[in-house]
Amino acid sequence: MVPEAALVMGALFVLTFDLAFGRRRTLERRLYLAVINGTAAVVAAMYGAFSSGLADSVFGGVLILDELTMATRLGVLVLAWITLTLAGSTARFSHPAEFVAIVLFATAGFTLMAAAQQLLVAFVALELASLSLYILAGFDKSKPESAEAALKYFLFGGMSAAFLLFGFSLIYGLTGSIELHEISAHLAGHPPTPLLSVALVMVLVAFGFKAAAAPFHLWAPDVYEGAPVSSAALIASASKLAGLTLFVRLLWPGFGPGAGNVSTAAGAPGWLAIVACLSAASLLLGNFAALAQSNLRRLLAYSAIAHAGVMLLGVIAAGDAGNGPLFYYVFTYGIATVGAFGVIAVIERTTPCQRITDLAGLYRRSPLLTGCLAIYILSLAGMPPLAGFFGKFIVFAAALKLGGLAGPAGWLAILAIFLSAVALYYYLVILKQALVVAPAAAISGDTVTNRITVPADAAIVLVFAALILVVLGLSPSLVLRIF
Amino acid sequence: MNALPLTIYVSFVGALLALAAGTRSHGAARWIALLTALTSFALTLLAASSFAPSPGLQTIIDLPWIAELGIRYHLGADGISLTLLVLTGLAATVGVLFSWNIEHRVGEFFALYLTLIGGVFGVFLSADAFTMFVFYEIAIVPKYFLIANWGSPATREHAAMKLVLYSFAGSALVLAGLLWANAAAVAQGSVSSFSLNDLAAAATHFSRGEQIGLFALVFTGFAVLAGMFPFHTWAPTGHVAAPTAASMLLAGVVMKLGAYGCLRVAMPLFPVGLAFWQPTIAALAIIGIFYAGFIALVQDDFKFVIGYSSVSHMGFVLLGLAAANATAVAGAVLQMFSHGVIAGLLFAVVGRMVYERTHTRQLADLRQLPLHRLLPFAALTFVLAGLASMGMPGFSGFPAELTILVGVWKTSPAWALFAGGGILVAAAFTLRAIQVSFFGSTPLSRVAASASESTHAGSLHHYEPITLAEKVGTALLLAATVYIGLKPDVLLDWITPALQSPLMQAALKGGSL
Repeated sequence: MVPEAALVMGALFVLTFDLAFGRRRTLERRLYLAVINGTAAVVAAMYGAFSSGLADSVFGGVLILDELTMATRLGVLVLAWITLTLAGSTARFSHPAEFVAIVLFATAGFTLMAAAQQLLVAFVALELASLSLYILAGFDKSKPESAEAALKYFLFGGMSAAFLLFGFSLIYGLTGSIELHEISAHLAGHPPTPLLSVALVMVLVAFGFKAAAAPFHLWAPDVYEGAPVSSAALIASASKLAGLTLFVRLLWPGFGPGAGNVSTAAGAPGWLAIVACLSAASLLLGNFAALAQSNLRRLLAYSAIAHAGVMLLGVIAAGDAGNGPLFYYVFTYGIATVGAFGVIAVIERTTPCQRITDLAGLYRRSPLLTGCLAIYILSLAGMPPLAGFFGKFIVFAAALKLGGLAGPAGWLAILAIFLSAVALYYYLVILKQALVVAPAAAISGDTVTNRITVPADAAIVLVFAALILVVLGLSPSLVLRIF
Repeated sequence: MNALPLTIYVSFVGALLALAAGTRSHGAARWIALLTALTSFALTLLAASSFAPSPGLQTIIDLPWIAELGIRYHLGADGISLTLLVLTGLAATVGVLFSWNIEHRVGEFFALYLTLIGGVFGVFLSADAFTMFVFYEIAIVPKYFLIANWGSPATREHAAMKLVLYSFAGSALVLAGLLWANAAAVAQGSVSSFSLNDLAAAATHFSRGEQIGLFALVFTGFAVLAGMFPFHTWAPTGHVAAPTAASMLLAGVVMKLGAYGCLRVAMPLFPVGLAFWQPTIAALAIIGIFYAGFIALVQDDFKFVIGYSSVSHMGFVLLGLAAANATAVAGAVLQMFSHGVIAGLLFAVVGRMVYERTHTRQLADLRQLPLHRLLPFAALTFVLAGLASMGMPGFSGFPAELTILVGVWKTSPAWALFAGGGILVAAAFTLRAIQVSFFGSTPLSRVAASASESTHAGSLHHYEPITLAEKVGTALLLAATVYIGLKPDVLLDWITPALQSPLMQAALKGGSL
């Protein structure tokens, strides 16, 4: 529990510190100090997560500290650190310390989600994270879009939480336990009942919401578009990583006996079939809807939906191949997404950046941002030698090993491979604006204001994120070895 | 031999250096690019001079890369790869010479250019399917930016996107095939591996259906890049829109990546699939030869003539591969080299020497100009390159196409007869292009009179002379085509032993009808 304690104490300290010393300082200065304190908390949490060691059951079996927990905690903390640093140099809020504190609370929720192996703890952790994220989405009080994003996110999120809780209560009623391995043992010993199917569907609705999988994706475009950039970055990256870890743990170790089979055409009924449907729907909807977007952030949202399809495929494969491929994919995806949002945030310091065409001429305005953006986007597109490519590769390889082309798992992998050619189109549309098109006439006139100055700390984290993508792409074993 | 992998690294480092230097000095970026290309060319020649032909890939580096999936960083070369490596080095060097006049974002241009070259070197050196695929994809993205940034403004964005999406869709097919093969191999109890040898060994136990399906995926994926009918349409559009050096590379080298992938991966791994699909491939290749040839015959745009001629000539390569006997495949590799050089020459004349000076590619406009007097060097080069392209003895096209036809005859005389007809079509469109573009029928006096009112009036007598860089580049390519035309054995002595390797023998045996 060291990471959670560090994060919560850090959040409280950030608030107190701001209350005590922040009064007479400018907003910028207060944000800066809050970010420094917040970063210290994140670093302490990293140390705690790293040194906690492995244990099968902590606190009477409520939490588990396995490789997945450790990797997810560290991953979430890295993503939160990048988000915080970017927020520090780009965000303009009227309540900077509160922003940082809520990011830390959300992160505490994420790290708890990574470790939960009991239904109630899982739910509480999820809600801690979600409630914080709702606030973060609506944090920019000057923009109606931000409020709309928060409301939409909250309504969908509240609904999915209700589904999840209902599902959990049905499972408790069926099995008499909220411990994952007891549930698993009970399910293995009893034939599946219709009630179990209802419960599983309800859990998967919440999962679909968290992963932004079609048809539960409707919140994503609006939140990505309306929320403050750093909030959107956190929602798109760390929240996803924690959510995937939470649900993959619920599904395989917990409800594994109800998984069914999708590796052959005939298959067997179970939640895998539903996940496969969600995956196919997300892949198709995400990739094709992204083609029609003209707003950069909405495009990223639809690409996130498409990526959710691949993540769900990773969940399907996790039963056989373990969590390595899934974690690698989601983590590197998170890094690339945070990076892309970071670039948007830095650009927005000088000129608005909503439409894709707002990127026009970026190569002249800031070569550094252009280079980083190219790496993030090409990684999202799955171009070697970047991490995004290998993530896809290993997830598809795992899915195809389930049964070759004999069943839906293999077909989904092939579908996803072919759709990646569709995806390349919209990613290249982004890069075309950034790298090929000349700056728009309105900005090209004055070359002095035209250039974007990148704050040093933002530059460092952006380059760091790009380096992670290159290094992990060249040497994926660094991550895979953990599992 | 052991220095060959340096070609990859030198190119990538050169790309970074050119990018860095380009922000300060255009000249520095050019010289860095030239030195990089020359170094890698020298490395390939050095390896060639000490090359001892032997069956099978001679391993140069074999390191574990991603242990979890049994992926190794395995580089090796045999006579076939060496032939294509030399071609790449040559084309890279000449391409730099022909892009000496680029003034816009020079550093970025050469950075992308050298990245593309590095990827191409990597593909030709790979002995592991995963390694090969990674390099193959590294070569894709630079193509988009080379065309979209420096291509001809009217069509470049459309053409670049089309070309890249075709290439990427092709590579998606290859990826699907490789992953499926890997999964099927593991399902049989083999250890996960992407090494070509291991995959081939595992594939011998695949069912006939799997072999047929896998061959179709992988071969089609690579053949898209080789410009196989009906997946060729990216090639003319892309090559026409590209800046000269990129056209030279795309037609000269990158299309060979596709053919090389077919030969190195699809055919040896899935010989049963090859036997099944052989007639289809041959039919598509022959259709491609004629279809593209006839289209080239009626083009109004000079560059499109060359673009379609590339598709037509690559049809011969695919036909040679489809015939799947030692002679035909050796001829196909020879044709890859030969066409790489000749296509480079043709695009150099059309894109750089003529278009950059006359600013038109329309044959109707060029016909009005007495180009053989205004640009005698370009005219001479084009006539020689045209002769080579038609398959005149003395140039590399002749032994290449002859070997292919002899080989194809062994498999099926009917195919050879059809393909022989294709040579006539090639002669027809080449002669037409030479005649119309350089030896327009209008007498000079009338041209001078009409030119004074035409749009080209001012430029008529002020074409800048052919630069030294262009002359050197031309000389290099011409020397290569003549040398191989006179002494094709130099390359055939490398290629033929390579076809004796167990993998290639499996492919050739599978393909004996």
